[in-house]
Formats: sequence, C-alpha cells, structure tokens
Amino acid sequence: MSSSPSASPRVGLFVTCLVDLFRPSVGFAAVKLMEDAGCTVEVPAAQTCCGQPAFNSGDRKDAREIAEQVIRAFEPYDYVVAPSGSCAGMLKKHYPELFEDDPQAHERAENFAEKVHELVSFLTDVLGVKSVDAAFRGSVTYHDSCSGLRELGVKDQPRKLLKTVAGLEIKEMRDPDVCCGFGGTFCVKYPDISNKIVSQKTDTVRETGAGTLLAGDLGCLMNMAGKLKREGSAIEVRHVAEVLAGMADGPAIGEKAKG
Amino acid sequence: MEIKSPTFKDNSAEALKDVNLQKALGKVRTGFIDKRAKAAEALPEFEDLRDRARDIKDHVLDHLDLYLERYTEKVEAAGGHVHWAETAEDARNQIMEICRRLNARTVTKGKSMITEEIGLNEFFEENGVTPVETDLGEYIIQLRGEHPSHIIAPAVHVTKDQVEEEFRAKHTHLDPNRNLEEPTTLLGEARAVLRQKYFDADVGITGANFLIAETGTSIIVTNEGNGDLTQTLPKAHIVVASIEKIVPTLEDVSQILRVLARSATGQDMSVYTTFSTGPKRDDDPDGPGEYHVILLDNGRSSMLGSDYQEMLRCIRCGACMNHCPVYHAVGGHAYGWVYPGPMGAVLTPSLIGVDKSGHLPNASTFCGRCEAVCPMRIPLPKMMRHWREREFERNLNSATVRYGLGVWAYFAKRPSLYQFMTGLSMRALGLLGRTKGRFGSLPLAGGWTKYRDLPAPEGKTFQQQWAERQKTKQREAA
Repeated sequence: MSSSPSASPRVGLFVTCLVDLFRPSVGFAAVKLMEDAGCTVEVPAAQTCCGQPAFNSGDRKDAREIAEQVIRAFEPYDYVVAPSGSCAGMLKKHYPELFEDDPQAHERAENFAEKVHELVSFLTDVLGVKSVDAAFRGSVTYHDSCSGLRELGVKDQPRKLLKTVAGLEIKEMRDPDVCCGFGGTFCVKYPDISNKIVSQKTDTVRETGAGTLLAGDLGCLMNMAGKLKREGSAIEVRHVAEVLAGMADGPAIGEKAKG
Repeated sequence: MEIKSPTFKDNSAEALKDVNLQKALGKVRTGFIDKRAKAAEALPEFEDLRDRARDIKDHVLDHLDLYLERYTEKVEAAGGHVHWAETAEDARNQIMEICRRLNARTVTKGKSMITEEIGLNEFFEENGVTPVETDLGEYIIQLRGEHPSHIIAPAVHVTKDQVEEEFRAKHTHLDPNRNLEEPTTLLGEARAVLRQKYFDADVGITGANFLIAETGTSIIVTNEGNGDLTQTLPKAHIVVASIEKIVPTLEDVSQILRVLARSATGQDMSVYTTFSTGPKRDDDPDGPGEYHVILLDNGRSSMLGSDYQEMLRCIRCGACMNHCPVYHAVGGHAYGWVYPGPMGAVLTPSLIGVDKSGHLPNASTFCGRCEAVCPMRIPLPKMMRHWREREFERNLNSATVRYGLGVWAYFAKRPSLYQFMTGLSMRALGLLGRTKGRFGSLPLAGGWTKYRDLPAPEGKTFQQQWAERQKTKQREAA
C-alpha cells in the first residue's frame, strides 16, 4: 500500500520513549519537518518503547512481545519514522532477528523493517529534501550517534541539511564517530567507565569552540548535556531536529526556561 | 592464570585511577586507529578481501574435521608430530613431556596468546624449566611479572619510562649510567640480553597465526624476527595452536594475510611472515631437529554450531580492542583473563564460563565500532548480546536488575497504563526540575547523577500534548 512520492505519504511517528517523556519538543520538530515535506503524520497511541532495554539485557521474550506490539501498531503506515538512530536501528535491524525461528513472523518483521527510517535520513534519502527553511545564529558541532552511524549509515545527511540553515556554522569535532559512553543501561551499570568515555567526548566538544552540540539521539544528548552541565559548561545541547525545524528557541536540554 | 573477571568493576575502577596506564592508553586511542584507517583506505579491494577472508574461515569451520585430518597427515608426512590436546592441562603435559625427554632447562618463546591461555609459563616455572619471552613486549612484561594487556601489543599498558626503570632494575650487569633515552636503545639492550638465550635454549615454542591444511605448514607473523630465532636454533620447535587456526591452502592464507597486518598495525605485511613445515631436513643448513604441533581444543569444538561459532573466525589482529571505547578507558588487564576487549568479551565466556565472566559481555556500549573494523566481519555486539541472553536464562543477573526490568516491561507492554503513569510522573518531575532545568541528584538515579546532571523533562509528555492537539484540531474542524 505504499503511496507514490507525489501523493502524501502516511507516516507513523515512532516518538521513542525518551522524546515522549523528556523532550516532546523533538517530537513536534519531527512532525513539522515531515509535514513541511508533504507527509501526513500520525502518532499511534499504542507505543511505549522500542524494547532495547529488554533486548540488550538478554530478555528476548519481553523484547519480542514489545516488537509484536510495535509492528501491529505501525503496520498500516507507508513509513515508520523515529527521531533516533538507535530506536530506528532496533526496529529495522533487530526486530527481524527476534523472529528468526518463526518464518511467518520473520517475514512480517522484515516487511515492517523495510518501512522504518531514522528521521533525518528519511527526509534526505526518501523524501529528497535538500534544504530546510530555518535559521540559527551560531556555531554547532555534530556528534554521530553510534547506532545511526553504524547500523543505518547516517552521517552526511544531517550535515547536508544543517548547511542549509541560515546563519549556522558547523565546527567539526575530533572523532565525531566515537561513542559518547551512553550505551543505554551501560551508563548506569558501569558509571565509572561511562564517565571516562563521556569526559573524553566533552573535551572534544569544547575544543571546537562551538556554542551548541547537536546529535540525532536523545539518549546520547542527555548523557553529553548532563556531563557538560556538571562541568559547568555553557555549551547548549539540542536534538538536530529542533534546529532543522527552526524550533530551537526553547530551553536547551538540561537548561531552565528563560525569563 | 588466575581468573579476575568477576571483579571487573573493581579492576576498572583501579585502572581508571592508574596514571601511568591512562597515559599509555592514549597511544592506543590514536596510533592504531589512524594507521589502520590509512592502510584500509590505500587498498581499494580491502572490503572485498574482508568478505573473502570471512568466507574462507566459514568454509573451514563447516568442514573443520576434514581439514584437521588433512593437516595432520601433512605434518606427519613432513616428519613432524601432531599432539591433540582436549584441555589446557593436556597441552601442558604434552609440552612438558617433550621438554623432559630433551632435558630442556631453558625454553625460548615467541609471542603467543595460546600459551597464556594454558598458563604455560607458570607451569614451566613450577617444573624447573625457565621460559624466556623473546618478543620485546612480552619480555618487558615477563620482567614485570605481568600478563599481556593486549593480544598484539602485550606491553601497551607500560610507558617508556617504566620500561627504562625495569631494565635498570633487572639488567644489573650493565653500566648504571648508560643512556636509555631513546626507545631504540631499549630495544637494542633487550636484543643484546636475549641473543645468548636463543643459543642456550633447548626448546623453542611459538604459537601459530595459521595452519595450512594442504601443506602441513604453520605460520607466524612478527615484526622483530624473534620468532624465527626461537624456532630455528633449539633442538625442538613446538607449535602451540588452537584448532580453528586451520586454513585450507597457501592461496587462502595469502588472502587473509592481506587483511591481518593492515587491521592490526596498519602495515601492508608484518616484517616477518615465517612458514614452517616439519623439522630440519638433511640438506637444510639449519632448523630444529624435532617439530611438534600441539593442537588445542579447550572448549572450542563446543562453539561449533552454537551462537558463538563465528567467533572462531578471529585472527587475533586486535582491531576490535584498538577501536573499543571501553578498552580505551580501562585497558586490557581489567578484563581479568587472557583475552581483553570485544573479542575477549565474546571468547572468554566460551572458554571459562559466563558465570565467571558475565561482566565482560555486559561492559559494552554496543557502539559497534569493533564489528565495523573486524577484518573477519565477526558480529561481536550480537554475540555479546547472546551471552547476556544466556545470563538472563540462567538467572545470573542481579535481583535488582531483573526486578527493574520486569517492572519496566510490565508497563512497556501496556501502552494505556504506561501513558497514564508516565504522564503523571513526568509532570511531577518536570515541576520539580523547573527551576534549574536539571537534577544534580535524584532518588534511584545515582548511577546517572554520580557523574552527570539529569536533564529535567519538559513537563507534559509528547503523547499528552499530541492528544490535546488532535482534540483541538477536531474541534476546529467541527
């Protein structure tokens, strides 16, 4: 039932649990970007989390049940889009793995996986978006979150669109492809090691002199923002969608409302 | 070797505080990575070669029995002997038997992780045989009474100043005022000290990077030439190798060699690639009088046909640990047994049990960089996850983790209830965090807030706001 590009594609937004709970403005930025690009965006109510906490803790049974719930809720859409490389990677790469022992369910998961995209690469690679109508005063540096980069090949897409934001300057950091130390439950199971890794990351962020740090995954962003704030840094941290949608006026991650 | 993997957390806390170690690890973070990237980029067919290398090993693992038999026949036809060792103990005893027969007092050794796995040096010392490590890195850590912290750079955790200090302390026959400023002078000194040991040795032991079935040849790759002296000069050369080192043909091995050094050190080829087939022949100018191969299983055959079979493709290049943020943070010793880094996180539970090494496959952010650079395309994160599944099945996780996961999953599978509960709690949390926009500490979030602030939620959840937006739209439409 996939629509032709000229018709308005029906997109199911997989909000992701962190965006839903901590930073809904990222979800609205995603909706705006896709609506501007001609999509009809819907948000199925029957969604919670992609199941990674269970999957990566070895709890395959719960991961599978959550995957079934997500597939059921999102099957009717032309596309399933998440403002996160990590959650999109889970839906696209790992859901089929969960059903390897059941040919019918596996095929269903494979068909579902084909429709799944990470937000920014969906805009550029599927919808053919070449520029955005947004302005941002200042310099940014962009961190490549691991799953988006290595599972889904998201690297040039956000940079290409960021270059079309009026007034924005990109200052690349050293090793933007090195993990920030978040790793889901890793950061609370091995806090000492996670802290070492994120400290190295914030060092490279500071070196750029950029005023704002961007990335495409809220988990990584909360980790890096949390560390930068603890270090007393004034660098603002935002999801890349906020900037691309021209919705970066509100408080940055971990900042209080102004005024 | 004593297993210290159960105290991984304490080991890593120590490692993070160790100033010398942290200084030494800085080299790993830059040197290896840049060199590998340049070497890979300079070879257009590098990615294709990785596919071929993977396919060759997959083929071997599917027909391992056949190739092992073929290999054995060929070794024996060349005048060598093959000894099958099911366990580490078998291997140690077989090696000791050869050494006793030859009245060996001194044994030189080329760099070999497999002899670490079977704890050979300790065993030799208990039995009155002196093992002499001849690889520079191995020699340094032998002097320091340590084990390797990296599979190709065993002394990567030691700074140059520490090496100098060790040499001055142990090489007491040399002028105490000698200049050891330059790394090359350290190398020269080690060479000079080791030179006589090669002649003293009765037996030389090496590992093997590959065993070739069609010719019965063992191969080692080195950069110092120490392996050649180790295996050529003594009365007997003993090769200790695990069963998955088999490769069918010379042609196959030349394919895999092209990805090995590039992935490891960024070299096109290692300085020495040495092929050994049988003992010295009558018309050979030199070579060992006896040639033995100890073929070690030590749990590997049980990995065949399991979720972990692909781990047996590993060619021990070290690229996974060179690119691992966790290894960069804590170094190799924290892993607590022979094999560190991502490959160790998969292999160690297979060899010593996940009950003793459960931290290893858990201490990963799943950043995937190891898999991205593995020349044999081993899906390391996937296999670490499989170990986590084994732990979960066997109830090896802590009660707190299981309870927390259970509660979370209960709600995650009930969207309406989940949204009701999260709606309430995020509003409360949002209000609490409003003044600062973040929390410096929060009950139950100590793991997070020990080192970083927790950004406060904005308030209403996305789902709440979306539902409101939909209602407004409907009202406007009506």
